[in-house]
Amino acid sequence: MRPFEYVSPSSRAQAVSLLGTAWGNTEILAGGTDLLALMKDDVVAPKRLINIKEIKDLRGVSLSAQGLRVGALTTLGDLADDANVKKNYPVLAEALIEAASPQIRNLATLGGNLCQRPRCWYFRNGLGLLPKDETGRELVAAGENRYHAILGNDGPAKFVSPSTVVPVLIAYGAMVRIEGPKGKRELPLEKFFVIPRTDSEREHDLRPNEVITEVLVPPATGVKAAHYEIRQREAFDWPLALAAVALKMSGSKVQTARVVLGYVAPVPWPSPEAEQTLQGQPVNEESAQKAAEAALQHATPLSSNGYKVQLARVALKRAILKAAHRGAA
Amino acid sequence: MPDYAWPDAEHRTLIGKRISRVDSPAKVSGQAKYTYDVHRPGMLYGKVLRSPYAHAKLVSVDTSAAEKMPGVKAVHIVQGPGSTIHWEGDEIVAVAAVDELAAEDAVRAIKVEYQQLPYLVTDTEPPQGSAEGQGPLSMDDIDDMLDNQVPSQQMVNQIQQYGITAKPSEDTLKGLKSDGATDAVLDAIRAAAVHPDAGSRPKSNYQKSAAQTLGDPDKAFAEAEVVSEGLYGVPLITHCCLESHGSISEWTDADHLFTHISTQNVSGIPGQMAEPLKTPASNIRVHQDHVGGGFGSKFSPDRWGIFTAQISKKADGKPVRIMLERAAELKVAGARPSAYARVKVGAKKDGTVVAWQSLSWGTGGPGGGGMPPIPYVFAVPNQRKEHTAIRNNIGPARAWRAPNHPQAAVLTMCALDDLAAKLNMDPVEFFGKNLDMAKPRQNIYREELAIAADLMGWKQKWHPRRQNQSGMVRGVGVSFHTWGGRGHASDCDLTIHPDGSVELKLGSQDLGTGTRTCILIVAAETLGLPIEAIQLQIGDTIYPPSGGSGGSTTIGGVSSSTRRAAVDARDSLFAQVAPALNAQPDQLECVNGRIGVKGDSSRSLSWKEACSKLGAMPLTVRGKNPDKSKPPDLTNSGVGGVQMAEVEVDTETGVVRVTKMVAVQDCGLIIDLKTAESQCYGALIMGISYSLFEEKIMDPGTGRMLNPDMQFYRLAGLSDIPELVVKMMTGKGYDERGVIGLGEPPVISPGAAISNAVANAIGVRVPFLPLTPDRVLAVLGQKAGA
Repeated sequence: MRPFEYVSPSSRAQAVSLLGTAWGNTEILAGGTDLLALMKDDVVAPKRLINIKEIKDLRGVSLSAQGLRVGALTTLGDLADDANVKKNYPVLAEALIEAASPQIRNLATLGGNLCQRPRCWYFRNGLGLLPKDETGRELVAAGENRYHAILGNDGPAKFVSPSTVVPVLIAYGAMVRIEGPKGKRELPLEKFFVIPRTDSEREHDLRPNEVITEVLVPPATGVKAAHYEIRQREAFDWPLALAAVALKMSGSKVQTARVVLGYVAPVPWPSPEAEQTLQGQPVNEESAQKAAEAALQHATPLSSNGYKVQLARVALKRAILKAAHRGAA
Repeated sequence: MPDYAWPDAEHRTLIGKRISRVDSPAKVSGQAKYTYDVHRPGMLYGKVLRSPYAHAKLVSVDTSAAEKMPGVKAVHIVQGPGSTIHWEGDEIVAVAAVDELAAEDAVRAIKVEYQQLPYLVTDTEPPQGSAEGQGPLSMDDIDDMLDNQVPSQQMVNQIQQYGITAKPSEDTLKGLKSDGATDAVLDAIRAAAVHPDAGSRPKSNYQKSAAQTLGDPDKAFAEAEVVSEGLYGVPLITHCCLESHGSISEWTDADHLFTHISTQNVSGIPGQMAEPLKTPASNIRVHQDHVGGGFGSKFSPDRWGIFTAQISKKADGKPVRIMLERAAELKVAGARPSAYARVKVGAKKDGTVVAWQSLSWGTGGPGGGGMPPIPYVFAVPNQRKEHTAIRNNIGPARAWRAPNHPQAAVLTMCALDDLAAKLNMDPVEFFGKNLDMAKPRQNIYREELAIAADLMGWKQKWHPRRQNQSGMVRGVGVSFHTWGGRGHASDCDLTIHPDGSVELKLGSQDLGTGTRTCILIVAAETLGLPIEAIQLQIGDTIYPPSGGSGGSTTIGGVSSSTRRAAVDARDSLFAQVAPALNAQPDQLECVNGRIGVKGDSSRSLSWKEACSKLGAMPLTVRGKNPDKSKPPDLTNSGVGGVQMAEVEVDTETGVVRVTKMVAVQDCGLIIDLKTAESQCYGALIMGISYSLFEEKIMDPGTGRMLNPDMQFYRLAGLSDIPELVVKMMTGKGYDERGVIGLGEPPVISPGAAISNAVANAIGVRVPFLPLTPDRVLAVLGQKAGA
């Protein structure tokens, strides 16, 4: 094994001070369900691991008038089991249960879920996140891209954002809190994810020396939400496409909609086009189909993932109909 | 002459009943130890440097830094400079160190310079005119054919037609024989013309075999009233054994090797290790208690098993362990050859099939591979078949449960099912009508087809194919299969001790199929004892040799040898006990743990009392299969099975779910009905997995396998498994045939049955397995971005 330092700070400030300023040198260890596998496969080789599990105030779930506050170290299992989450954010609870098997849910943290690395098989086989051959040719476009991006794929990044929980959180309007050497900052979760253009960038806005501290979800009173995953296996599997939807209704018509697609782009993919299409409309098969078509109208599939355009449309249509048919939280 | 025949139905107390596996408690409690669980004192861990390239020449290999690293005990160059690598993951250097991490570090410190060579990792349809005729065969070519399970007659034909590149020594021929060459193949090699110059020219990736014709296909097609043409295929899949391949080897002294190995072939391993290790087979001991899956890929010690032993020798005989990591397991430890075909079939209006034509291709890796046995089950009277083998760099192929049959079933049954659709016939009626072509098992198939249709509710569920389907749609499909399954050679020793204890020893193995349980059932039935009264020892070369567990040969072999041993032991015991009961030996019987005089319940002894008459020495007898001196033949060959699948297809997403499967299967006399049914359940699960999910995906840009892991090499999970209905054919017409193997047959049909069910559901054929959403949507005409 490549030698590395292991440090276990007990405060956020300590953790931040131990982090490096370039990606790759230091990695944060929380649940470890993704990082340890990547290290064993020699895909990443950090020089220092910073175990943040001893930082007590990164845990816990609480509900207030401002909404839900989830500490970054909260496990997916604990969050799914939380009574307030089940009652007020039922779709989040469902997405968490579907995200992973019980063994993984009991270890994996919400912060880790936000920062997990893409499942792209070129990346996982050590060929890089933006894989190229010796001649500089992009491997994904010319290779096996059946699971890759159909949107936001004009740059070198062709992978899909791996979280199945994040689209639901974005649909609920979640914010993420981050702490670094310059203090705290907060940003909408959808802004947290960015498409890397070079090998020195990651898939999110986090700086190498910052830590996610919590995720905040605004109250969802009156929100009709749903998510829909299309996957090959019924058993636990990475989706081929998914959609998350949160509707605020005015009578039988949509007042505002949040629409987020997953597994279609290098980032979770909010669709303002679909949101606008739905606004002021009653929810039915026709309006849902129109919204789905609007969301995918600019899709740019690669050589062998054209079918994902159809899957994403169906996922979104079904999520919209599912949301409309369920009671508001 | 003692009566070795199987007892008839009225006299069976254990045989044919539903009896739970004797090793279930050990397995579910974790007490059962697999080779992967073996950790020997002072054991070293081996790791292997593998080629990242699919095709390359090794220019230089520098292990100097690795050798100096702390904890490293031995470094072994498997393939040195000048060697050519033919697939990604091929072994180059092996290292043994005090722990896994030190071994990994050492592997990373090895410097290899490669000269990359052009590679091919696809198996798409050969471009027109690319295939060349097969040239003279080298002994490597013949070895490749054996690896790829090319049928003996086909090999003989090729050897006779093309000749060989060099005359082999008798030693080489002996080696081929131990690799499975039949005497007919060896004779053909001895008689073959030698063309020494042809061996040196580079070979094309595409090797076309000579067209085979039967009857008059041109005339038959001209006269056919309905002709259907289609494209069908099965991709490369891996064995994906949950316990990976590997072994732990140690030299107990300078001349003796002790190996724990994950294998289907305990007794056959020493003979394969002897020559490369320059050690007599008699000095090599092999042990295995349980194995976590082989499926045809674990008959050989493998290159890594040999170098594990070689490294142990370099490390002063210390135990060295090399179990493959998951990625290596999926890359190098075997794959099922792919098979694709453009098939044309013709029939009369009444549904009688008259003509078959196929242009097939496929790959088994560097060896190319043979044509599956098509048309399968149905001997269509007029045929023309051409096959092109693709030699490429996807890694080596190995026998995969029922080698070549699942592919043949898909190519045949799907083509015929499309023909039935074109004839507007219910497939059950259509196949039933053509069953006379399925000789000699046509009557078995007919009986099984009716039972399967009933269990599936076929009449209610089948509907003609409908076009332009929407929403969720359902369909049903059917397929037929066959297999041999005669028992292999097996020796066993049965000992009755004077204290009444009984032990049975044979160098067989239990693949998780219930072999232990079945051996005990036969012995206990014969001796009139409960199963628990017999100690069974298997899985070690210190026991009498018994064949490898492949080709569904185990149950026939071990049940026959055990029966003969138990009958002989029983009769010897009768001879010793008879005077005490004042009777002749042939008047005695053993039932319910007592030995007594038939028809006289007043004259009997408990088993223990009876055994005390043996005196001081235990009684040991050897049972054998085959044994012509002790008739009758207790095993047989040739089964037929019918399977049906019901599926539900989401026409918007292309997602296929299997909702029910029915398997109706014969296998002669069944020893344990429960483990027989269990074989079928397992086969259906494996079949659903390869029909919907499994595929070895190779990257054209790097030559690498992209899914050597359990997240993208998908296996069916629990929730993907629907209602499974298994019906074993038993009773008159079946039992009296003797014991026949069951491992392969039920895994053959699922691919064809499921594909046919999908075609019935959506009204159009999805040509290739696995039936993934992209493939289903493609045929439903959903266009990207439309």
